[in-house]
Amino acid sequence: MKYYIAKRAINIFLTIFAVSIIIFLLIRLAPGDPAITMAGEHASPEVLARMRAEWGLTKPLIVQYFIWLKHALRGDFGQSILTHQSVLVELVQRFPNTLELSIFAMIFATIIGVFAGIVSAVKRYSFFDYTSMIIALFGVSMPIFWLAIMLIMIFSIKLDLLPTGGRLSVMYSIKPLTHLYLLDSLLELNFPAFLNALKHLILPSIALGTIPMAFIARITRSSMLDVMNQDYIRTARSKGLNEKAVIMKHALRNALIPILTASGTEFAMLMGGAILTETIFSWPGLGTYIVQAVSARDYPAVQGSVIFIALVIALINLIVDIFYSYIDPRIHYK
Amino acid sequence: MKDSVLRETFRYTRRNRSAMFGLFLICFFIFIAVAAPLIAPHNPLVQNLKNNLQPGFWADKKTNFLGTDNFGRDILSRIIYGARISLTVGFIAVIIGVLLGMTAGVVAGFLGGWVDNVIMRIVDIMFSLPSILLAIVMVAILGRGLDKAMIAIGITYAPQIARIVRSQTIVVGNNEFIEAARAIGTPSLRIMVVHVLPNVLSILIVYGTLSIGSAILDAAALGFLGLGAQPPTPEWGAMLADGIHSITGGYWWVETFPGIAILLTVLGFNLLGDGLRDATDPRLRKKV
Repeated sequence: MKYYIAKRAINIFLTIFAVSIIIFLLIRLAPGDPAITMAGEHASPEVLARMRAEWGLTKPLIVQYFIWLKHALRGDFGQSILTHQSVLVELVQRFPNTLELSIFAMIFATIIGVFAGIVSAVKRYSFFDYTSMIIALFGVSMPIFWLAIMLIMIFSIKLDLLPTGGRLSVMYSIKPLTHLYLLDSLLELNFPAFLNALKHLILPSIALGTIPMAFIARITRSSMLDVMNQDYIRTARSKGLNEKAVIMKHALRNALIPILTASGTEFAMLMGGAILTETIFSWPGLGTYIVQAVSARDYPAVQGSVIFIALVIALINLIVDIFYSYIDPRIHYK
Repeated sequence: MKDSVLRETFRYTRRNRSAMFGLFLICFFIFIAVAAPLIAPHNPLVQNLKNNLQPGFWADKKTNFLGTDNFGRDILSRIIYGARISLTVGFIAVIIGVLLGMTAGVVAGFLGGWVDNVIMRIVDIMFSLPSILLAIVMVAILGRGLDKAMIAIGITYAPQIARIVRSQTIVVGNNEFIEAARAIGTPSLRIMVVHVLPNVLSILIVYGTLSIGSAILDAAALGFLGLGAQPPTPEWGAMLADGIHSITGGYWWVETFPGIAILLTVLGFNLLGDGLRDATDPRLRKKV
């Protein structure tokens, strides 16, 4: 296991290294003076000259890359043109916001998706089966930003039940400890703030969780159907076990691996969906950061966030893979 | 071999009712796109600020069937013209992705060795990021606009297609007719184009169809973020971005209908794509 994790860690390191080369080259090869792209269009000649000296912009491309890498390894991804803050500091600050939203979206997606999938498989070809599979199909065909807008229109504007965006209303304050608002508010026993933060999470989580929910429901259904035809299910039934025990203990446990794989991949890919969901709900996470950076051509910020997101996704995938071997003792990593 | 596989796939797909419904939806939107100037009741770009945010048929207003947007433009006409843009973007992006992915996949699978290694590592790296993020970054570098969005989306689809084509190429490459072609001294390039390519075509059609739906979604997302189609182009995603502020005033139609148009088009491609995939998978065939 240790050997496996070490091997994967090296692999992740190489991938991130390669991502950094590619993103570096793409940005350097973009038309225009790299000093201007890095410092912004309105930078003074002095700033541009300092930029060229600091990042070695007159030197060959490969030398430039290693200068950049030297800075990056020290945690210096440069300064954002837009906010004049260190890119890494901003990314680290915003990451818990995205993490909280993603975890919530995933909980929503897994609970509903697995439940719908199991019921659909057990009551195959029933009304519930058809309805939930049609909903799942709509879920993957729908633009999630449109779903988000519809949710705001119905639940925030028409019914006035939930907030339209943000993480917390202005009258509440939470001492940031983990930066996960739900956890922080619980730690200081501030229940009104907890409820408020929870209310802010509901709509974005539904919007972000819908696509994974649809995938998980479809995978759970087909995986359960596969398992339900196995001999050991017939054995369990014939020895007189009640249907609930057969489904929960014998079928679901064996159907779990494909479901977990799907959930893991979906969780990593939530970072993509977060870009759109966060923009609509003005959620101050990595997604809004990268959209702002791209819109303003804030290259240091774009470069930093891509590498950061690639690293987060790689780590999530690693954690999911390690998790497998605990769930299924048949899986051994060498 | 090529003909029979394709024909068999279509025969099975024809029996699949949901796939046929998908095909119907696709044909419907293609018809709308082609006939846009004939069926659109108004010019999609003409503004009429005196007539903005007017409701449509539900308020017994017949002139603007689906209402008007914040510039007083007819929403129905904009959706009809938008079909042209979304379908074009979907098809062209996938064609770019297929051309790139197919070339990379066939070359990697057929030549093997270090070429295969280099190509597949690049594919792995591209897989380590969500496709919409890749597309956004690509647009940041290429510049915004519909044409660049198409290229960006196309490039992000290439890795998936390259993987599929590569594995199919390896399977085809083990056939005796490839060995025979090699034995009589046919150049590699000719073997790839004449012997390998036709045999990976059927799988390309299936994945191409499935990808068009997601390409349309991605293009709408880029348009929504202001990185794809630029105003006043009646692109569905850009229409949603344009009208987002009108929802607070209760003008729900501005945001609802363009989204439904995206949903139905993508649903069409997903249904047909699922049907085609089921038909090519012998394990699933019996169930259809």
